[in-house]
Amino acid sequence: MIGLEVLYVIGGAFFAAIAVLSARDASNPKRWKNTAFWGLFAASFLFGSHIPDFANGLIVIAMVAVAGFGGLGRGEPATSSPAERAESAARLGNRLFLPALAIPATALAGTFLFKRPELAGLVDPKQATLVSLILGVFVALAIAMPMLRARPATPLQEGRRLLDTVGWAAVLPQMLAALGAVFAAAGVGAVIGQLAGQWLPDGSRLAAVAAYTFGMAIFTMVMGNAFAAFPVMTAGIGLPLIVQRFGGDPAIMGAIGMLSGFCGTLMTPMAANFNIVPAALLELKDRNGVIRAQLPTALILLLANTALMYALVFRF
Amino acid sequence: MLPLIGIAVVVIGFMARLNPLLVVTVAALVTGLAGGMGPVEVIETFGKAFKENRYVSVVWVVLPVIGLLERAGLQERAKSLIGQVKAATVGRLLLLYFILRQATAALGLTSLGGHAQMVRPLIAPMAEAAAETHHGPLPDGMRQTIRAHAAAADNVALFFGEDIFIAIASILLIKGFLEQNGIIVEPLQLSVCAIPTAIVALLVHGTRLMLLDRRLARTLAEARP
Repeated sequence: MIGLEVLYVIGGAFFAAIAVLSARDASNPKRWKNTAFWGLFAASFLFGSHIPDFANGLIVIAMVAVAGFGGLGRGEPATSSPAERAESAARLGNRLFLPALAIPATALAGTFLFKRPELAGLVDPKQATLVSLILGVFVALAIAMPMLRARPATPLQEGRRLLDTVGWAAVLPQMLAALGAVFAAAGVGAVIGQLAGQWLPDGSRLAAVAAYTFGMAIFTMVMGNAFAAFPVMTAGIGLPLIVQRFGGDPAIMGAIGMLSGFCGTLMTPMAANFNIVPAALLELKDRNGVIRAQLPTALILLLANTALMYALVFRF
Repeated sequence: MLPLIGIAVVVIGFMARLNPLLVVTVAALVTGLAGGMGPVEVIETFGKAFKENRYVSVVWVVLPVIGLLERAGLQERAKSLIGQVKAATVGRLLLLYFILRQATAALGLTSLGGHAQMVRPLIAPMAEAAAETHHGPLPDGMRQTIRAHAAAADNVALFFGEDIFIAIASILLIKGFLEQNGIIVEPLQLSVCAIPTAIVALLVHGTRLMLLDRRLARTLAEARP
């Protein structure tokens, strides 16, 4: 059955290729740091499931020691010039979109197909979307390679060009997810829940609703993830006050509470895959540029969620 | 209180603009130690969590295809396509993408967009081209603002669309949590409750995108002699 382990081997092979190509790129003054960083990451992908967790931890710490001081370098793989790109775009026209759109199209088709009973057992149903997305990458390559008459190493070099623009930030989302797990194991959520419980606003329904929605947003900003904030804030404020004391509707509380957390996600660098990674991918000078663009929407929506919850939660 | 030291490390580290990988790792180690784990146990816990979350980083495998297509002029083609549509402005284009992204996310099709697959190769260059069609060459600051808004449109549309779908992770989390506390709700009830916020998000962000067009026109008119 195709599941995460197969994807990890594919990912590991990709990162290993990046490490090898980085080592051979003399134009990058920090090429050995890049080689070590992506090599360690490749090892984590290829062997992570089979080695002790202590060794996995040491791999992470070694990666951070490489990239955490002075960052990584940027290689300069040979790519096309602006003039060549303009010429190629004019010659190929809209055919260029075909491979690009093949990725989401395959992801979509696979998500449905792999869940059908006739194909049961082929792909892990829990990972159907991710497997289909990666399958889409191979479909896109199968279309693009002959169309562009590309050499086998070309996609890897171009992939390295993009991965180098993102740099260490590419690993940050995974690292933050791991931090969340350590927070949970150390009981951070429970402590916050206790504190929130002690500061509970008395009496007013509006105060209870606002404490819950703003608490969700703020705790999400700290954790980088509304999923981590939800159980803590709901156990600390949502259930005891809004539902039990004031008789609010739990479904409305839960749904709008989660959406208040999403407002926090829009405002925090801790939500790296939504805010920091795109800033790197789009080569923004300001690491927080995407957050700045989102901030007004996030604040207005947080107020709107508070108003909506106050208006609806006690009515049903 | 002691485990909260890790949160302080994160806040101070990010504010001091230290390398985030370093900040997160130090925060994890400090939190574990403060929470009563031994040094070996902390490293094991962190290593295990890192290993189990590798699926988050698998998506980088799309980069070779995107890079290959960029080399062949994908961004240029996206730009010239939008450049031909005189009605396209930055705000209108991003609003159209916003609506498509929110609608597909509401149907559970969250993998149809994304920063690496859609925003960098297609949406951001299209938005820049729409601005160039109307205003000529862009100053660098404006280009950066437009790109940031392309990424923001993707995020906002996704976050406030996906909860309308009944089988998305966040809906299942809410249902599961309430169930543990003895409250049974149907996923459909929860997803219906996400609709008002989704409408407000469309109105608020849509308005901001229309205002962005005005701001671009004003700033660029001032910048020109």
